[in-house]
Amino acid sequence: MRESIIMKIHYGTALAAVALVAVHILMRLTQGFAESLEYDSVIANYKFLPYAGMLEIILILLSIHGFNGLRVILLELKQGKTYEKAVSYGCIAAMITLIVYGSRTIIMVNTGMT
Amino acid sequence: MAQTSSLADENSSTPLSSQQSIILRIARFNPEHDSAKKFMEFNIPYEKWTTVLEAILEVKKHLDHSVAVRYSCRQATCGSCGMIINGKPRLACFTKISELNSNIITVEPMNNFPIIRDLAVKFERLFDTHHKIKPYIIRDDTEITPNTKEFLQSPEELEKYIQFSNCIKCGLCNSACPTMATDSSFVGPQALAQAYRYVADSRDKGKDDRLKIIDDSHGIWRCHFAGSCSQVCPKGVDPAMGIQLLRGYMLGFRS
Amino acid sequence: MTNQDEHKEGIGGMINPRRYGIERVAYLLMRLSGLGLLAYFIAHIYETSSILKGQVGWNEFLELTQTNAGHAILAIVIGMCVFHTVNGIRVMLGQGGVGVGKPARPDYPYPPASQNIRHKMGIYSAITLAAIAMMYGLAIMFGE
Repeated sequence: MRESIIMKIHYGTALAAVALVAVHILMRLTQGFAESLEYDSVIANYKFLPYAGMLEIILILLSIHGFNGLRVILLELKQGKTYEKAVSYGCIAAMITLIVYGSRTIIMVNTGMT
Repeated sequence: MAQTSSLADENSSTPLSSQQSIILRIARFNPEHDSAKKFMEFNIPYEKWTTVLEAILEVKKHLDHSVAVRYSCRQATCGSCGMIINGKPRLACFTKISELNSNIITVEPMNNFPIIRDLAVKFERLFDTHHKIKPYIIRDDTEITPNTKEFLQSPEELEKYIQFSNCIKCGLCNSACPTMATDSSFVGPQALAQAYRYVADSRDKGKDDRLKIIDDSHGIWRCHFAGSCSQVCPKGVDPAMGIQLLRGYMLGFRS
Repeated sequence: MTNQDEHKEGIGGMINPRRYGIERVAYLLMRLSGLGLLAYFIAHIYETSSILKGQVGWNEFLELTQTNAGHAILAIVIGMCVFHTVNGIRVMLGQGGVGVGKPARPDYPYPPASQNIRHKMGIYSAITLAAIAMMYGLAIMFGE
């Protein structure tokens, strides 16, 4: 994939994530911070499909943005064909792992499989 | 290692009668037999107008003629005398001792350039990256083709790129760049600014060629707009501006 | 990682913010906050998965994070998040050529137009907003 496409995705995910993370944080503040973290409150959030969908989207956006940022930093620190391939594929693997792990949580709670 | 403070008694073309003096610390390193750089100190008198280059040449003339330093025009035109002066990349001929506000002046070879000896560094990488972005007008026809026998350009069109054509290839920007500090494959602010110089030139038709060259994992996208290149440029080229304007083409902000 | 032959400054050069003004400081803070936020994000995904263990598991996680240390870490995360966001938007606009000045014939003393007050104010705003957000977060967390 051309670097310009990767960086456009990097910027796009950043802008989209800002809005959605703001909603996620506001949910903690509108209810009262400590109350919003109680078990029943959190379960209710996960069970509400639009909110669960939003969390899934945040997970994907921030995983892509975060691991691409890490890839950029690591590529600048050391160069070489093998190392660069290892960094790129390693970051993609880490990204997918995190998305799968987080999605598992969201899907299992949303469908009542806890 | 401190040297004797008084200058040799000989006929000098420049009478040095100043009461003020500074300690000039020069980094000495010969890769052929030194394992690490060491500093030698020299006590040099100076006037309000004395430049760092003049101080180094005083050392060469009277105290230690083996100091290796590159210089030529002495007027910030050739770009030969770039070095780290008190921690920042500067042209030695363009930096007055009085403006540094310090009694100790430390001069070292530019970072991110391999050292030949002492203050002289190799410029091959800068030349290679500069060459990579095709620093010439690209078009199919020549000046002979149109009736005007030249490629006409209005003053407004000239204004769009003239500042970037001021580049003297001194390498200070490459030395200051945080990405160049760790990335051996990065194209560098000098080459990217020159890429913009040609892309912005109305006579040039090679924009797509150049954008393709710099659209690389170690190309324009490894610039993070730290701006250090523009902070140190002695000719007002402002490479950071050129790079961001160039990136505007790739992000769709400019067509 | 630093090749003596190439005389690269290495990581020391990348992380030294002292010589080149606030823009270089912002570059360093952007990197540090990005890495910090990535670490927090991974930890957050892991710790919130404890909800799958039911109320007991979730309460165990809360005991770990709803402490003074946990709140302090969260306040730092809030600060990093706000700085990274605001400065990120500034950098994104700058990298698109917005607010970097117009090319013009240079004149001594050659002040760089791209290092202008607009971007400096953007950086200072990011730092200020991060500090305000941290204080607000601390007030919420320690106020309850």
